[in-house]
Amino acid sequence: MKLTLKIWRQKNAKAKGIFATYKMEDVSHEMSFLEMLDALNKNLVGEDKDPVAFDHDCREGICGSCGMYINGHPHGPVPAVTTCHLSMRYFSDGDTIWIEPWRAKPFPVIKDLIVDRSAFDKIQIAGGFISVNAGAAPEANSILAEKKKSDKAFDSSICIGCGACVAACKNASAMLFVSAKISQFALLPQGRIEAKERVRAMVEKMDELGFGNCSNTGACEAECPKQIKLTNISRLNREYYKAY
Amino acid sequence: MNKILFSSLSKKFVMALAGLFLLMFLPVHLIINLMLLKSDPVPFNRAAHFMATFPVVKIVEIALIAAILIHISWGIFLQIQNWLARPVGYAGGNKSETSFFSRFMIWTGASVLTFLVLHFFNFYFIKLGLVPGDPENFYSVAHNLFKISAYNYIYLICFVLLGLHLFHAFSSAFQTLGLNHRIWTPVVKVFHRIWTPVVKVFALIYSILIPAGFAYISLTLWLFR
Ligand code: HEM
Ligand code: SF4
Ligand code: FES
Repeated sequence: MKLTLKIWRQKNAKAKGIFATYKMEDVSHEMSFLEMLDALNKNLVGEDKDPVAFDHDCREGICGSCGMYINGHPHGPVPAVTTCHLSMRYFSDGDTIWIEPWRAKPFPVIKDLIVDRSAFDKIQIAGGFISVNAGAAPEANSILAEKKKSDKAFDSSICIGCGACVAACKNASAMLFVSAKISQFALLPQGRIEAKERVRAMVEKMDELGFGNCSNTGACEAECPKQIKLTNISRLNREYYKAY
Repeated sequence: MNKILFSSLSKKFVMALAGLFLLMFLPVHLIINLMLLKSDPVPFNRAAHFMATFPVVKIVEIALIAAILIHISWGIFLQIQNWLARPVGYAGGNKSETSFFSRFMIWTGASVLTFLVLHFFNFYFIKLGLVPGDPENFYSVAHNLFKISAYNYIYLICFVLLGLHLFHAFSSAFQTLGLNHRIWTPVVKVFHRIWTPVVKVFALIYSILIPAGFAYISLTLWLFR
């Protein structure tokens, strides 16, 4: 199929960016979205032009680095997939595809489609861990965890920190991400010990970094490739109020 | 302590509490206003007099004014932060599926605010003695206002927009207060399965009935009296 791509090009963090238009001939339906961009870059390199910079690593939906904003949706219009898992069969001949980086003050653009997501790392570092002595793995059954709760904790822990929730939110709020990170610990006995300090520190860091506030609009839940639920945000709120 | 009180979550918490308080006040206000439909001015004026003088109501009134001020100031403050958090928008638009009216809370809120200013000039400030008028005869003040077509237009538009504000406000407040899917006790455990739909349905009924009630009074007095 033939495609027209409108891609955000920006030389570096300081430069002003613009949308560049690229025509693609014979894109296969079997390609993944990133393979389609690889093909574009191959053409660009052949023409001695600067290839489009985009972030990617695992290409199997687990590292969270491949985020880009495609036709009005983070990770494209298909629910519950990352960009690397987005198949070109969802697009049709003659389509125009708008490809933009995440837009949020705490995620500045580094180059083209790559943004600096280290704000998420800073939130994690503020409290997204449990303090245990390193060494031999402890006996697994010495602390019992309720099955239902550990299942929920697992569902929250699969957040890959991709930032699609921030990108989708009209307020660029990081609440879904933070709530997933809070929930995965808050639901388990090991996480309860530092629960109060954790939630205070992570929320404080989130505010400090300039993310927006939660309006409970639900765009994050709709776009999250790992289907993290809004109920996590409700739990985050509860955990926060309980901490005082 | 300041960091706690002024964190994003605390601001929303306070805002949601203030909002819920306003949600409880609206039906009370509506019930009193329905007395405007009677041809006898005494019941309405008596109720207005009671609201203006009864000591307990006085305390509630202070809380109400505080709730309005806090809700509005935090609402505007948070919204400005939200705009600042995305300095560059998306050329491809934002097509994510959302709770529809949540996107316009600041605008529906602002129209309610416009109405509140008008409302304060027309009634509350008369009571405070800041604006000339007879505070013992709000019945005729109201009836005279509802004779003005422009007033009715503004009134009706603002109440429709209030309804849109309330529809999202209801479920949003529950989420903000952390009450979405909370399992408190075994009794609520049964209840929590139907909790979200119950809140949604209640929000829908509330956000239609309350504005409809106010609009009914406006339309009746304007067109049929
Ligand atoms: C009778 C009048 C009003 C009632 C009953 C009311 C009620 C509520 C409630 C319960 C919420 C949900 C809080 C939450 O999201 O947790 C809310 C949200 C909101 N209200 Fe109001 N409100 C009223 C008037 C206003 C006014 C005058 C403004 C002025 C600007 C306003 C601005 C907002 C905004 C911006 C939000 C959304 C907050 C957010 O998305 O984070 N409201 N309202
Ligand atoms: S909550 Fe979902 S959208 Fe947000 S960072 Fe985690 S995986 Fe990505
Ligand atoms: S490249 Fe790792 S999630 Fe897409």
